[in-house]
Amino acid sequence: MAKDETQGFRLIGTRPDRPDGLDKVTGRARYGADISAPGMLHAAVVRSPHAHARIVKIDASKALALPGVKAVITRADLPTGLTGEDWNLQENTLAGEKALYDGHAVAAVAATTKLIAQDAAKLVEVTYEVLPHVTDVDAAMAAGAPVIRAGTADHSVPEGMHPNVVKYIDFGHGDVEAGFAAADLVRAQSYKTEATHQGYIEPHACMAQMGSDDRGEMWVCTQGHWYIRRMSAAVLGVDASKLRVTPSEIGGGFGGKTTIFMEPLALALSKKAGGRPVKLVMSRSEVLRATGPTASASMDVKLGMKKDGTLTAAKVMFRMQGGPYIGSSPVGEALSCALACYDVPNVMHEGYEVLANRPKAAAYRAPGSPMAAFAVESLLDEMCRELGLDPLKVRLKNAAREGTKSSYGPTYNRIGLVESLEATMAHKNLLAPLGPNQGRGVASGFWFNHGGETSVSLAIGEDGTVTVSVGTPDIGGSRASIALMTGECLGIPYEKVRVNVVETGALGVNEPTHGSRATFASGLAAVEAARQAMAEMCRRAAAEWDIDPEAVEWRDGAAHPAGPNAGKFPPMSIAEIGAKMGGSGGPISGHHEVTAGGFGASFGVHVVDVEVDPETGRTTVLRYLVVQDAGRAIHPAYVEGQYQGGAAQGIGWALNEEYVYGADGRLQNTVFLDYRIPVASDLPMIDTVIVEVPNPGHPYGVRGVGETGITPPLPALANAIHAATGARLRSLPMSPPKVLAAIKAKAGG
Amino acid sequence: MRYHAPSSVAEAVRLAAGATGITRFLSGGTDVLVQLRAGMVTPDDLIDLKKIPGLREITRTPDGGWRIGAAVSGAEMGRHAALCSDWPGVVEGMRLVGSTQVQGRATLAGNLCNGSPAADSVPGMVAAGARVVVTGPAGTREVAVEEIPAGPGKTRLKPGEMIEAVLLPPRGAQGGDAYLRFIPRTEMDIAVVGVGVSLTLEGGKVAAARVAIGAVAPTVLLVPEAAKAIIGTTLDDAAIAALADAVRAAATPISDKRGTAEFRKDVVGVLAGRAARIAHDRAKGAAK
Ligand SMILES: Cc1cc2nc3c(=O)[nH]c(=O)nc-3n(C[C@H](O)[C@H](O)[C@H](O)COP(=O)(O)OP(=O)(O)OC[C@H]3O[C@@H](n4cnc5c(N)ncnc54)[C@H](O)[C@@H]3O)c2cc1C
Repeated sequence: MAKDETQGFRLIGTRPDRPDGLDKVTGRARYGADISAPGMLHAAVVRSPHAHARIVKIDASKALALPGVKAVITRADLPTGLTGEDWNLQENTLAGEKALYDGHAVAAVAATTKLIAQDAAKLVEVTYEVLPHVTDVDAAMAAGAPVIRAGTADHSVPEGMHPNVVKYIDFGHGDVEAGFAAADLVRAQSYKTEATHQGYIEPHACMAQMGSDDRGEMWVCTQGHWYIRRMSAAVLGVDASKLRVTPSEIGGGFGGKTTIFMEPLALALSKKAGGRPVKLVMSRSEVLRATGPTASASMDVKLGMKKDGTLTAAKVMFRMQGGPYIGSSPVGEALSCALACYDVPNVMHEGYEVLANRPKAAAYRAPGSPMAAFAVESLLDEMCRELGLDPLKVRLKNAAREGTKSSYGPTYNRIGLVESLEATMAHKNLLAPLGPNQGRGVASGFWFNHGGETSVSLAIGEDGTVTVSVGTPDIGGSRASIALMTGECLGIPYEKVRVNVVETGALGVNEPTHGSRATFASGLAAVEAARQAMAEMCRRAAAEWDIDPEAVEWRDGAAHPAGPNAGKFPPMSIAEIGAKMGGSGGPISGHHEVTAGGFGASFGVHVVDVEVDPETGRTTVLRYLVVQDAGRAIHPAYVEGQYQGGAAQGIGWALNEEYVYGADGRLQNTVFLDYRIPVASDLPMIDTVIVEVPNPGHPYGVRGVGETGITPPLPALANAIHAATGARLRSLPMSPPKVLAAIKAKAGG
Repeated sequence: MRYHAPSSVAEAVRLAAGATGITRFLSGGTDVLVQLRAGMVTPDDLIDLKKIPGLREITRTPDGGWRIGAAVSGAEMGRHAALCSDWPGVVEGMRLVGSTQVQGRATLAGNLCNGSPAADSVPGMVAAGARVVVTGPAGTREVAVEEIPAGPGKTRLKPGEMIEAVLLPPRGAQGGDAYLRFIPRTEMDIAVVGVGVSLTLEGGKVAAARVAIGAVAPTVLLVPEAAKAIIGTTLDDAAIAALADAVRAAATPISDKRGTAEFRKDVVGVLAGRAARIAHDRAKGAAK
């Protein structure tokens, strides 16, 4: 399959307009909340105002008495007996015995208007017995912390730990103690990161309909409609095939829309309301209180280094909470990513997952990797400074490359970290002079990327144009990229290929657009499907010319006789073949389904220059550079967009984003006014360099590019702030009050 | 909910005085409508002031000051060259409110009457010595801006009273003002600290000054001790330090999701010094 054509592409590497662009800028694109149906009802959700409380009683009689109210559901309306993650999902969709976090859904109402539904939600009387709560990961592990759900821990957890500690992981290789003994400098530090939200602009929204026969349909904003189907079916106890789920356009997901939060509520309300369609749209506050942010983390790192910068050993211990259910935190991924950039002979990883009274964490762009990078890349920077070494040269000296046994086990195939470091070192931003109170920070980052279950169909039209059906919702321009690859393969113009994201009934199971897989996996499958169609078109031409199919070759969008011996026939274009296909054997299509392996990891290096106001602790980002290996940039503008978007989110996480809980365990900053994601004027134009070290596992060399970019900003900013102020911040966010306090502490001590 | 669009101040006041439920005047609506949508306040009577003749005008007063109608938007103030030249600090406070879209609507009167301790235009108005024209069932009176706020979300306006206009005094020679706020981001955020300074110079020294601080107490505060710290000085480092001490002493901030009390006390001193320097430069004509 490997094919390393570095030039000679017609379409790959060009930057045409995206097919969804016109609809999006004119407002025609239909998002989750944009669909309505005759007889439709509107839903509202009753949410717990307590971080942890026993639900004593729910009385919906007043709500049901309100004119216009058609249904109220509580946990009693859902089936019992679920286990494992299905139970977690059901419990998170609608609380059972206890509300486990501020904003946890306890009931839902459907009414003829949204206002009536909201009024009715206020009339649902819930009697709570408030319980002690805990939201901090370290506090949740400590003796005496309130127990969130006894018996959740799996067999991995050592004896004697608090019942909130539910999982223990350890792995490594080599002999870390010998490695530390061989080092000239050994340093250990502890770090903390706060939970952050994906901050997608479009709130969760769906419209669902379900009859008494359990057959249902749903229109929903999601990254993965087969996941929505499977999870909703499990929560409601119905067959997956009874549900048909169609994805809307999507206004951002970043991992947070790969799971369910309220979709089964819409289905259950519809069923209870006699099958009338129900629309359920979250407010921003509901999104922040009750959908999955990422985990918060508390981390210890120890590194051993020789005087020349060679890493001899590394040991990490991470503690993460991902809400009140087991398996939601990305502690395993964080451990695996922590040292993935480096070739270290002796490594040891340990981690704990801890329950806390916070919303159930969901995936967020390179789950786990940014926290891990914050800890490891910060300590690495400290040690480079202590030894007077150039932090980029030290990263290059220790860089993982093809053949390196990775810190998490497998041996790397062809990867592009060295090339990314070299491109960074050659970039002009490194020469920019720095003034007073300014500093530069660098950091590297990693993400595995993913292949996953993929099913794609392609059909030739009667006029020779091509329709590709994919199951991966388009978040970052994947329809454009898949059209480019299909057009490249078939030798036809980009404009002659239309890529549609189709519903669950139209293809085999597809995993969501997650793990940076859509352009890789759906793209790979589309190319295979195109090759099948191409072979069939060659057969049709051969039949008409009455020659051997092997004597026909495909090029420039047409079948050609393969050589002078094959016969003298004028080329037969895809349009001619399409026009005749009804009579030449029937419709021509291609189909490919695969659990795609062969995905290639993407490494990146970031360089940031900041200025810190020494009197207020406020950080201004002056310059920002992202260098990352894309394998191959099919549509470079969308690759750059991913790099810039990842950096922007990472900068927000580093500087100002955080979940602020009151002493009562309630989330205080539930709107974007106070949940401070960066605004456009906070950021400079983010410079990008696309490194292309083709992935041998993809026909055009694609690696995923969506996630790595959020990883380096956290430590890069910490390192830059240290360079600017001399103050080392080891806990996020590095908000002005914290930076000012750190500057003062340094001056005082 | 009843929406009214009166065509005179008298009619607006009559509607307000006669209303019995929750009543809101509607200037730009950038607080009222947001609170309505969020389910925080659902008025029974909404009295739109934008259609009243004169309320959207900026006029020079006979004494050389300014009268800014209650429905004049931030964007309109920003385009008014003579106003910007006289009172750049008042204008920049208002111009910090929200975004381009919000600027097309938001007003000084609304910012003041919404009653936020962090309202961005208020310290600048207080420092400038601005007064408001208040009309109610009992007639019209003029009140200093600092007399209006009573606490978070509360004003001292009596039932049925509305603000017709904001009055700015004549700037005079060698005067300058400035407003600075601290937010962690660059826009679309609420002031963690705000400081307005207005001063005049005579013979190179500060002859008169007013200093107001925002977001560090239940209402915007006028701090006479801070003014005293710089009057009679050339605004040297010692004066700036004394100014910082004075505003820090006057501030009684709380710790909340937007910042800690300690941080606010620190930063109010820093911003007071910086705002005073800008006002001083403007007074000298260096950067009006
Ligand atoms: C996105 C966004 C960003 C914002 N950013 C900021 C910011 O940075 N800084 C800041 O300070 N504010 C900010 N605000 C709040 C708001 O824009 C300001 O307070 C604005 O100045 C309010 O003016 P308005 O004319 O829109 O007031 P309205 O919403 O019309 O009224 C506000 C209040 O004042 C009363 N009122 C209005 N006019 C009169 C009158 N003439 N007489 C008596 N009472 C009256 C109303 O009844 C209401 O209670 C922001 C708002 C939004 C939506």
